[in-house]
Amino acid sequence: MAIRSFTRPILYALLIALSCFYLMPVYVMIITSLKPLEEVTLSQMWQLPTSLDFSSYSEAFTKLAPNLLNSFYLVIPATLLSALLGSLNGYVLSKWKFKGANTLFTIILFGMFIPYQSILIPLIQFLREIGLYNSIAGLVFVHVVYGIPITTLMFRNFYASIPDSMIESAKIDGAGFIGVYRFIMVPLSITGFVVVAIWQFTNIWNEFLFAVTITTSDQQPVMVALQNLSGSQIVQWNVQMAGALLAALPTLLVYIFLGKFFVKGLLAGSVKG
Amino acid sequence: METETTMRSVTVTTRKKRSLTKDHMLAIGFLIPSILLVGVFVYGFIGWTGYVSLSNWNSLVPDFSFVGLKNYLYLFGDFRFQADLRNTLFFTIMFILAVIVVGQILAILLDQKIQQESLFRNIFFFPMALSFVVTGVVWQWLLNPSTGVNLFLAKLGLDSKWYTDTTIFPAIGWGKIEFGIPIAMIAVVIAAVWQMTGFSVAMYLAGLRGVPEEVREAARMDGANEFQVYWKIIMPILRPITVSVIIIMAHISLKIFDLIYAMTGPGANFVTDVPGVYMYETTFRGNYYANGAAIAVVMLLAVAIFIIPYLWSSRKGEA
Repeated sequence: MAIRSFTRPILYALLIALSCFYLMPVYVMIITSLKPLEEVTLSQMWQLPTSLDFSSYSEAFTKLAPNLLNSFYLVIPATLLSALLGSLNGYVLSKWKFKGANTLFTIILFGMFIPYQSILIPLIQFLREIGLYNSIAGLVFVHVVYGIPITTLMFRNFYASIPDSMIESAKIDGAGFIGVYRFIMVPLSITGFVVVAIWQFTNIWNEFLFAVTITTSDQQPVMVALQNLSGSQIVQWNVQMAGALLAALPTLLVYIFLGKFFVKGLLAGSVKG
Repeated sequence: METETTMRSVTVTTRKKRSLTKDHMLAIGFLIPSILLVGVFVYGFIGWTGYVSLSNWNSLVPDFSFVGLKNYLYLFGDFRFQADLRNTLFFTIMFILAVIVVGQILAILLDQKIQQESLFRNIFFFPMALSFVVTGVVWQWLLNPSTGVNLFLAKLGLDSKWYTDTTIFPAIGWGKIEFGIPIAMIAVVIAAVWQMTGFSVAMYLAGLRGVPEEVREAARMDGANEFQVYWKIIMPILRPITVSVIIIMAHISLKIFDLIYAMTGPGANFVTDVPGVYMYETTFRGNYYANGAAIAVVMLLAVAIFIIPYLWSSRKGEA
């Protein structure tokens, strides 16, 4: 399988060089965030800090803590609700197919590709009407609704791999729609739930457009607050970098510990499961 | 005796059928909320945005009087929007090409039964777990013209202004703008590629792993060298993956907003502006709702050109 003409050292040298490129932003982020402000000069950008200074972290944390909390309040319910909804939809669309089910699924799926700018103006009008504008609850609602296509897709593909014969035999044993879901589908789709939850967690945490247009000041999730840090008069790069790292940490940790499931979700998102 | 069995089986079937229909009703019942939500919040709202784009609502006070294509005519004659279309075109081309080429190279390198494969894979994949906002903030600092990688490049005699460069190459007069590659966009492409190649690497790697070893062996037996094996055998097998990657990346790049908003903003002469940023600023900063809606409709149409045939063909594949 290996390229035989390729000598191994060249292969590894290439991989290491490319890895350096991919890790470079992380290196700069970490060293900059650990420097005191006077060392954060353009000419010293690549040098290690002379001494470790964690003051940028405490400053960034003070500024971002409320928003980090907002992000958690947003992400946890939104992830759980959209996973539940997606799994029910995926169950119906894979195991209780009716005439036109595939077409309906395609129509739902289109919703995950649209630029959200094309629904944003009516969405904000609507949220104002029902009093959910500028609230975390409003954002939760938005992410659950616009998460329907992707979560349905992931669960539908996942459930397609559960053999119909199992469901048939459960039905003969007297299990109905809910029984089959509760006692067959849910226990067999723990991996599916993990993949979808990680995917939704990462996406909702990182999302910016809805967050910046639907919430203001104290209701804002962390990504908007991070963006606002750079909008302030003098850009303190050490605080910026510490803030970026703090904001990225939850999804980064999820990736480090559960990366396998994240990549599964990624591949599932390319429609053909 | 025999009749009895037949009778029983008949009753069983009818009972089963009846309970099936009841369960089917229940199944559809569970689906209805989602159908309604998608119907209203995706399709209904798109329709509403379309209507706003044909209205006169260009101030804080909603004004739904119908003005036809006025907002669209304004946009297509607007310097900023023309620049946006040019920028999106070249951003999309450069971004997709780079994601495909870099992704394929990395996937092939990773597929050489190397040691520490999962470590290398994670290094190429982790940026995907980051937010475009984080990527934008970090790369804004890295590609700052007076610092960052320029400290290295200056030593080599290369001095780049990165995202502050206002050069358009080659500047061909077109409408109100100069048509060509906006050099500043290259900086944004680098950041976007850094973040998104993981996706194509994952796709290609899955594809490469799916090619049976016998196929490669057979080609080698016929005297093909490794390069030919990749070029003539593997690449054609990977073509459907390339199509998927192009479509997924195209729809991301056509609606890109947060990366550019966080990294460069519209830039001088709008050299790094894109419709997503323009839509946000004109709608929510300038209160030109109808203009913003028209930009959104143009964005949606651009995405739909790629996505609808793709979804349609996936649907047919399942039948």
